[in-house]
Amino acid sequence: MPKIVVDPITRIEGHLRIEAQTDGGRISEAWSSGTMFRGMELILKGRDPREAWLWTQRICNVCTMVHAVASVRAVENALEIEVPDNARIVRNIIGGAQMVQDHVIHFYHLQALDWVDVTLALKADPGKTSQLAESISEWPNSSPDYFKEVRNRVQTLVDSGQLSLFASGYWGHPDYRLPPEANLLAVAHYLEALEWQRKFIRIHSVLGAKNPNLQTYLVGGMTTTMDPDVPEAVINIERITFLQELVKHVSTFVDQVYVADVLAVAPFYPDWFKIGEGTHNFMAYGGYPEVSINDPGSLFLPRGIILNRDLSTVHPFSPTEVTEYVSRSWYTYTGGDNVALHPYDGETNPAYTGPKPPYEHLDTDKKYSWLKAPRYQGQAMEVGPLARMLVAYASGQKQVVAAVNGALKALNAPPEYLFSTLGRIAARALETKVMADRLSGWVQELADNLGHGRLQIANTEKWDPATWPRSARGFGYHEAPRGALGHWVEIEDRVIKNYQCVVPSTWNASPRDAHNVPGPYEAALVNTPLAIPDQPVEILRTIHSFDPCLACAVHLTDARGRSYDEIKFW
Amino acid sequence: MHGGEDRNVGNAGVWNVEGEENMESNLMEALKARGISRREFLRFCGLMAGTLALPAGSIGQIAKALEARRRPVLVWLEFQDCAGNSESMLRSGHPTVADVVLNLLSWEYHELIMAGAGTRAEAVLKRVVEEEKGKFIAVVEGAIPTGADGAYCTIGGRSALDIIREVCPNAAITVAMGSCAWDGGFVRSAPNPTKAIGTSEALPGVRVVNMGGCPANAVNMAALLTHYLAFNSIPELDAYNRPLFAHANLIHDQCEKRANYDAGRFVEEWGDEGHVKGYCLYHMGCKGPEATYNCPTVRWNDQTSWPVKAGHGCIACASYRFWDKMSPFYKRLPSVPGFGADVTAGNIGAAFLGAVAGATALHAVGSAVRRRVRAGADARTKPAKKDEPREKEE
Repeated sequence: MPKIVVDPITRIEGHLRIEAQTDGGRISEAWSSGTMFRGMELILKGRDPREAWLWTQRICNVCTMVHAVASVRAVENALEIEVPDNARIVRNIIGGAQMVQDHVIHFYHLQALDWVDVTLALKADPGKTSQLAESISEWPNSSPDYFKEVRNRVQTLVDSGQLSLFASGYWGHPDYRLPPEANLLAVAHYLEALEWQRKFIRIHSVLGAKNPNLQTYLVGGMTTTMDPDVPEAVINIERITFLQELVKHVSTFVDQVYVADVLAVAPFYPDWFKIGEGTHNFMAYGGYPEVSINDPGSLFLPRGIILNRDLSTVHPFSPTEVTEYVSRSWYTYTGGDNVALHPYDGETNPAYTGPKPPYEHLDTDKKYSWLKAPRYQGQAMEVGPLARMLVAYASGQKQVVAAVNGALKALNAPPEYLFSTLGRIAARALETKVMADRLSGWVQELADNLGHGRLQIANTEKWDPATWPRSARGFGYHEAPRGALGHWVEIEDRVIKNYQCVVPSTWNASPRDAHNVPGPYEAALVNTPLAIPDQPVEILRTIHSFDPCLACAVHLTDARGRSYDEIKFW
Repeated sequence: MHGGEDRNVGNAGVWNVEGEENMESNLMEALKARGISRREFLRFCGLMAGTLALPAGSIGQIAKALEARRRPVLVWLEFQDCAGNSESMLRSGHPTVADVVLNLLSWEYHELIMAGAGTRAEAVLKRVVEEEKGKFIAVVEGAIPTGADGAYCTIGGRSALDIIREVCPNAAITVAMGSCAWDGGFVRSAPNPTKAIGTSEALPGVRVVNMGGCPANAVNMAALLTHYLAFNSIPELDAYNRPLFAHANLIHDQCEKRANYDAGRFVEEWGDEGHVKGYCLYHMGCKGPEATYNCPTVRWNDQTSWPVKAGHGCIACASYRFWDKMSPFYKRLPSVPGFGADVTAGNIGAAFLGAVAGATALHAVGSAVRRRVRAGADARTKPAKKDEPREKEE
């Protein structure tokens, strides 16, 4: 039987293609291919490292700001710059707000349609929907009239004959299992979440000027000046009050809508607690420093590695153990394509050897992706919310332990259920709760500093490139919504000599390596049932549970030995 | 959606809603069924009329024209992109921009958020091109690579170039949203590893409206679409085929810090007293004096802020090929601010950079020069001269 192709995988960022071999109604083998390449790191070569964050942030704007903060941290690490406490806090608030907003968007707008049949909402009884809503949550928008209004909106859409974004859905697929009322409830929350996130994200506008593409980072701190009494200061009493307002209700929404919905939907799909895990290895760089990014022990979300699903041991993480293969990727290494290189030694020579477009199938026995294959100590690793929650849970991080135990109890599920497609979805919801609960504390820390006259926001001792050593290199990291993100920079003669990003979706969407070890998506899809091959809802469920971001995933390092003399900026 | 709290929508959105009396009740019924309240809709029309600088009486015309029984179809193509422009629409923050635009158009193909994948998605695009030929709106996001036979960006096994050439010539209007779709953006920056180009270069002979910005501001995109829906035409464009309503003025001339500039009060170091007090960021590399855009008035995320307000200089993200031409971003502009791109510091004399009083005086001269230059260039038809690329400092 020919391979099944799903391309484009929609409801993700970037361009992802899945090819899969099926056997007896289940997937026996899968290949994940990133089909877009831009070359950010080549473009960065020779430019001012202080502005690298403005460029790298454009790698992806679903995950806006994550590549900005990783970039300034890499340069700060190279130049040994410690940022002021206020900059640490502001970066935590921005990052935490982004994680919460991004996870909510992901669940409702990118993932939910794999589990929710919008058209079935038309058959829902508003009164019964109201009863359902009130049985799972105290969220106030739960009256029969409210659900009647939402149902009428769906009816209007359907009656118009123009289903808009919903036109291409797999409605009526036999594996949509929710009762009509649950579908209507989910549609209502799809709409509410869209509205909610737009208001919530104004946190980014206050502290980041705008979203997408925040513009307040600096190597050495932030531009968000602080003074309680100066109206022109970016952070003053009035702005702090506004921030407090914005974060005040975030936990309510997350608990009463997002987490409640996940816990309500999951029991209809119990088999999906046993499908879709994959590599058995999970990695977190850790993030959100409570003291300093240079003190990994102070990270709110802890650092570590879980191997072979063994939650009894958290292995230490060392950035020196990260390498990348190009054996099955459209690049070559000068030392041969079967070696793995550390990012500092990374090289890139894009060399497309796939079929000339238009094509039907990739030659998956050879090279088949624009993604490299990152490995840790030679092993494929899953990164992201599930990895973070497992590492934190096994590390005894108390907010996470409480959230995970609470959810497992509510679902009457053992911890091993976490190793699955639904486990990944649940972990993302729980992480959102943990982060939402933390945000107001960081805003309060900022308010305290403001109130006590601790106002420094930028460390400018090394702003002038004349103060820099002739050469330096650094590693910057962040736990982005989709997982562990690392930037490696090498600076020489005041400009970027090498730059490399190893990003979450490169880990998760990785192709095979020199030893034919599949990446997490590829491993997770094996044994997935597929009821109707040309309606691959099941593939989408597992792939979406990772929250793919292919724009981030495809990148490349400096092309060693190639000269770009025409770029001179000094 | 549910009514948002009342907020001042700022200069661009202040609008007298007396025209609402003319609105037909069946329109209101139709909007209600789509979850939009009368008040929200009027606020939206007001914001659009303000952004487009239309006379107040036009709200009735906008409202009436938007009462289409059949919604125009929109397809949104993503190529070498970061989804920043898609997200700009989704996170616009204004209570109604995304709602109204999403509800007044049938948004049928958009990989980021559409329900179906793979062959289902491809089938939608094919159907729109065939059945809506000459009627649908095509939005392009991201650059188009021409290297490696198009293999740097494929969707369903087809190259970006292949897809755009099939779809856009059949559209009623093609909009390149954001820097990458307009001019190739950062993807096209030196050394342009994938030989990326912008939409109009990929589509010779096809008229493309360019929405500058990285990303483009959603309010401007909404205004463009509204104008098109309401008047069946595109608003006046500048020399780069960008809407004049968004590009008629320099950032510098609209900047809230302008008084500090005029008084010679500059930030000299990040976090210094001047920075806290909101002084001018020109010495820190702000490109506002050479960039056009309505960022200072429309602002971002429900008009909450914009870069200069938040303490960072403008990077001229809505200017032509700004990545190469406006970087390094922390290097002070060589031109005297206020004189425009073609009058450099060298012409005027370095004394400007030293003396505060001199700066103010010279600025007045600069403004006069610029006004004259603009008048000569016929600001209505060729206003973009001031924003044209400088030669890169080598």
